[in-house]
Amino acid sequence: MQIPIEYYLILSAFMFSVGIVGVLTRRNAIVVFMSVELMLNSANLTLITFSSYLGDTTGQLFVFFVMAVAAAEAAVGLAIIIAIFRNKLTVNIDEINLLKW
Amino acid sequence: MSLELILFIIFGSICAVTAVLMVTRPNPIISALFLVLNFAALAGLYLILNAQFIAVAQVIVYAGAIMVFFLFVIMLLNPAKENRFLEHKAKLKIFTVVVVALVLVQLIYMIFLAHPSGTITKEVANSVNAGTIESIGREMFTNYVLPFEAAGYLLLAATIGALVLAKKKFE
Repeated sequence: MQIPIEYYLILSAFMFSVGIVGVLTRRNAIVVFMSVELMLNSANLTLITFSSYLGDTTGQLFVFFVMAVAAAEAAVGLAIIIAIFRNKLTVNIDEINLLKW
Repeated sequence: MSLELILFIIFGSICAVTAVLMVTRPNPIISALFLVLNFAALAGLYLILNAQFIAVAQVIVYAGAIMVFFLFVIMLLNPAKENRFLEHKAKLKIFTVVVVALVLVQLIYMIFLAHPSGTITKEVANSVNAGTIESIGREMFTNYVLPFEAAGYLLLAATIGALVLAKKKFE
């Protein structure tokens, strides 16, 4: 007996929702960033699930590229956070309102 | 219960619980460590799904490189501890959770409405074949060689960009 594909999709949907809650409620920029990584990973889980169930390699290639982009995104994003911390001495996104109209 | 299902329940519950803990812990270091555990459990799920190469890459790239990077930045910045989850602006946060729970219910409803297990059944031989490093490498260096090279340039650009951004104060 094999696991129905729905189980994986629901787990992925749950992790994505938790990631959204993290992005919307946390005020620490680094934790917001980690929640984005969680959402990326839940999308990866969906891709891998379909790739495995359909027997198609393309989904796993896509996950590979998502990982590459996530690494680049983490490097640049954390550099931006460091630069902001240098200037404002905080990573609380409530106090970073430079671009607020 | 098959072994596959037992492993799915173990790794899946670790994934779900650590995701929730990661979002609710006030200390960012503890959040980061729970995220590492979450990524490790995800690698386990990838192994159940016969995606061996991606499982290894997940542990090396995500749980290894990216999370160490996060921990380094947390250590450098030493951000102040946040309030506990429901201490500050509790009503707004509960409202957020309710809205997101509605979205989740909608997603699950759509998943059951589409009923993918009715049309998609796993053929183990194809599934194992799709996850080997051989088939991934063959695809990557034939059909997807251009995106592969582009990813290399993207990483180079990100490295240089990170150096430039973190180097000096803005004028």
